[in-house]
Amino acid sequence: MRHHLVLRVVSKLLIPFILLFGLYVQFHGDFGPGGGFQAGVIFAAGFILYALIFGRENAVKVTPPRVLQALMAFGLLLYASVGVVGMINGGNFLNYSVLRADGVAGQHLGILLIELGVGITVAAVMIMVFLMFTGRGR
Amino acid sequence: MIAAHFPILQVVVPLMAAPFVVLFRNGTVAWFISFAVSWFALAISVALLGQVMDAGEISYAIGDWAPPWGIEYRVDKINAFVLLIVSAIAAIVATFARASVEKEIPEDKQVLFYSAFLLCLTGLLGITITGDAFNIFVFLEISSLSSYALIAMGRDRRALTAAFQYLVMGTIGATFILIGIGLIYMMTGTLNIADMAVRIEAVSTSPTTVAAAAFIFVGVGLKLALFPLHLWLPNAYTFAPSMVSAFLAATATKVSVYVMLRFMFTVFGKFFTFEFLPESPILIFLASLAILTASTVAIFQNNLKRMLAYSSVAQIGYMVFGIAMVNVSGLTAGILHLFNHALMKGGLFMALGCIAYRLGATSIEQVAGAGRRMPLTMFAFVIGGLSLIGVPLTAGFVSKWYLLLGAMEKGWWPAAVIVLVGSLLAVVYVWRVVEAAYFRPSPDGATTVEEAPLSMLIPTWVLIGANVYFGIHTDLSVSVAKQAAVQLLGLAP
Repeated sequence: MRHHLVLRVVSKLLIPFILLFGLYVQFHGDFGPGGGFQAGVIFAAGFILYALIFGRENAVKVTPPRVLQALMAFGLLLYASVGVVGMINGGNFLNYSVLRADGVAGQHLGILLIELGVGITVAAVMIMVFLMFTGRGR
Repeated sequence: MIAAHFPILQVVVPLMAAPFVVLFRNGTVAWFISFAVSWFALAISVALLGQVMDAGEISYAIGDWAPPWGIEYRVDKINAFVLLIVSAIAAIVATFARASVEKEIPEDKQVLFYSAFLLCLTGLLGITITGDAFNIFVFLEISSLSSYALIAMGRDRRALTAAFQYLVMGTIGATFILIGIGLIYMMTGTLNIADMAVRIEAVSTSPTTVAAAAFIFVGVGLKLALFPLHLWLPNAYTFAPSMVSAFLAATATKVSVYVMLRFMFTVFGKFFTFEFLPESPILIFLASLAILTASTVAIFQNNLKRMLAYSSVAQIGYMVFGIAMVNVSGLTAGILHLFNHALMKGGLFMALGCIAYRLGATSIEQVAGAGRRMPLTMFAFVIGGLSLIGVPLTAGFVSKWYLLLGAMEKGWWPAAVIVLVGSLLAVVYVWRVVEAAYFRPSPDGATTVEEAPLSMLIPTWVLIGANVYFGIHTDLSVSVAKQAAVQLLGLAP
């Protein structure tokens, strides 16, 4: 779709805002509607739009499957590690209150990190699913 | 101190190992981590069973949110026993996996294969240990999705359609379970199973509760391959990689049977199991059909994996049969058969894995003469087959014995006849293999001994040996199964 001038220009304009909106949904999730899953999907939509307009080859250069695979694993590990740190600090698994001396601050930190883990994994999985489907037979 | 965290470690260690393995990109490292984690899970489940037998139920509040508001992990005798079955099979199969996976799975897929295996183990352990109904659904999806992926990695291209068929049926089953859980949540306002059991009494006559029970039973029936809903199972087990067939055949359906027990006795116990079921022959009817038809179909199978898969459908029939009696002996037989069937089917599928490793295929023509070419493997298959039939001194005999006791206590003579006919049919399909392996020449006239590698033979023989051990030393398995049965029935009014 490289020859569609309008699509190219508009998507170039849109992609930064899509990514920014993804980050907003991610980090504003504990105060308003949002959270890791939605943020991950929005963030991935930016990359998928890029791949649609500028071609799969260019998208693979930005997000090689190897990196995506590592990110998928990293997000889940981040989530679970927060739980384990809670255990080390003397609480049960996934108790955020013990992450900081102040319980409320601990809850904030815990949910932020966990949602970040969800966001990373979901974004990586969405991009990966798209790349796998479009890369079939190649 | 650390012992207090055993319930969560049981699930979280394999859960964390799954993504960890992906970071390495090396099949051998991935295998070693899976191997170590499976044995670690076994150690924890042994410790948990010990704790439960000594000190009673264990409750673990995730995130220190007190149940019933937070998610609770609850270990009692019945699920501690199922945890032991799942993790013991996982440990032995993971030991067996190295050589088998090396041969059957392409190099670049091995890491993801082990990752999916660990996720599947996580899901199965999670379903078993959790005390939260919605959590059961979540872990069910984890184990199901990873098992679709595992099955699809079979060498034969038909593995893909088999996995897809399982995906469709499994998703319908999981959806039904979710709808059922949703309906109970609507009626009771709680997802915690123990809390649910208390609150459901007030609404037990409501049509919504009855609908919930119906949805859950059909959903679980699909997952455990109860007779008319078993169609996904033969293909899935036939075309999956050898190690996956052994693992899933020995664990996945067992965990589904556990879910059925949990809902039947703990949640719907009062109005469904103790009032409706004794007057309705539905479960007995389906279980009898499963035993008779699936055993008959097994006789006509050319592929031995498919034969064992149909035999699994029949064996699930025995478990449901015992459970449907709703008395101590019957329920003991059902729970005991979870354990014994895991031993025999795990061992038999691993023996077929050895055959597939050396001879390339598992059709009955291929195993002709295998008694001379692979004496140890075939002898293991024969012992496993004897256990499947229920010959005395094997584990299979013990569970059938209790099944007969249960039937006689109830005065159900036709039921006893069905169990015996099922055993006779098993004699026929096991004998076909023995005849081919020992009394027919091998297709290409080869007579040299080519055994499977020791790393596969030893785990196979450990499980087959366990069949004999638990056929003679019945105290351990029977006493745990009996206590679990008494605990489940103790909820009777």
